[in-house]
Amino acid sequence: MAQGSNHRRNLPGLLLALCFAAAAYATADGSWLKRVPDADRARTNPYAGQADAIAAGGRVFLDHCAKCHGADAEGRGKKPSLRSSRVQGAADGEIFWLLKNGNLGKGMPTWSKLPEETRWQVTAYVKSLGKSGLFSYAARRDRREGQ
Amino acid sequence: MPGHTYPGIRSLLSRWLAATAFLSLCLASFCAGTVQAQEPPYLVTYSDALEEPGNLEIAVKGVEAAPKNANAFSGATLELEYGAKGWWTTEVYLSGQTTQNDSTVFTGFRWENRVRPLLRQHFINPLLYMEYEDVNRADRSFLEITGHHSISDLQLTNAEARKTVERSMELKLILSSDVKGWNFSENFIAEKNLASEPWEFGYALGMSRALASKASARLCFFCRQNFRAGGEIYGGLGDRYSFGWKQTSQYLGPTVSFDVPKGPTITFSPSFGLNANSAGVLYRFKVSYEIQQIFSHVHKGAN
Repeated sequence: MAQGSNHRRNLPGLLLALCFAAAAYATADGSWLKRVPDADRARTNPYAGQADAIAAGGRVFLDHCAKCHGADAEGRGKKPSLRSSRVQGAADGEIFWLLKNGNLGKGMPTWSKLPEETRWQVTAYVKSLGKSGLFSYAARRDRREGQ
Repeated sequence: MPGHTYPGIRSLLSRWLAATAFLSLCLASFCAGTVQAQEPPYLVTYSDALEEPGNLEIAVKGVEAAPKNANAFSGATLELEYGAKGWWTTEVYLSGQTTQNDSTVFTGFRWENRVRPLLRQHFINPLLYMEYEDVNRADRSFLEITGHHSISDLQLTNAEARKTVERSMELKLILSSDVKGWNFSENFIAEKNLASEPWEFGYALGMSRALASKASARLCFFCRQNFRAGGEIYGGLGDRYSFGWKQTSQYLGPTVSFDVPKGPTITFSPSFGLNANSAGVLYRFKVSYEIQQIFSHVHKGAN
């Protein structure tokens, strides 16, 4: 009996914890993917797989993105990892759209002031993070420049 | 003390500016995440670029002029701009000026907030700007021009001018578009002195672009990608009883900014007066640092 009343007393706290968990999940649920128009989703990256573009995108990433997503792009706190299957599974056009529009309600700023070519270079870099050999470019260079 | 004089370069403002620059440099060197902002090179016009959430931009904005019928002056404004949310930026301005053969005075403060009502990029991106100003008439910051502004107003001595403090609300509608690498921004300004003066109006228009659209894989100093260039036109539009651009000052000029790699952004613009109410040339500059995720530095420091 006493155990049952303890459960009842804990119920509001449990519900609150569930709400926080749901809110935390919602911030990284990738719901932005549903908002990408088909025409944008279908766009192809003119620099996809090009080593120079990936390196240039990595430099821009270090300047502007690494502080939130980490130099290794593994994410920090509520800022999501860019190596996740969700991001790596997204189309180039979807990532490009996110860089242009941001997700302002959830803390991702718009990078529309970066020139379009530069945003494609960053897209190429982000997609390279899922591939071996290129993924550690920014982290390696960051360590080297930090020394 | 009103009327207390300091000649030219030895002015308090110079010391204040030097102290501000030193403080900025210290902060920048303390914070390894300091980078330049990707903002258009405007000194008066606002675009839809907001500060990234959690970032703090520290900027010193200066203006110098030697009008024909008034003493040469140098105005300086310290700006602290913080990205509160992805859609909301808040900023505080502290202004002062020094006038040749006169004195150096603190002229007041401003607090502004910019919010973005639409959360996605559109062909035209609107922003709403709300500002509270508490500045005296000795202000020479030229952050915007409204009403019937005239350079001859500057003939008043600082001691006289600073006796009148104007507290006002300023509203701006900011429209901004990015088309094929170009940014076009339009600001429509309405200002109301909280005393009994009528609504005053003004405008600012700017266009600019980065000199290179692709980033380089190499760290380079004088690369085109580090430069942005454009132009601005701005001026007053009178007040609600006499609307128009004739009895007020108007300026037009080119503007260029340089993102120093791993350093500040430096912006410069000579603004040329377009009528007799304007100064011949206003030399404007801005030096700004962006400190990324400022509170992460604070937390690190506390640990």
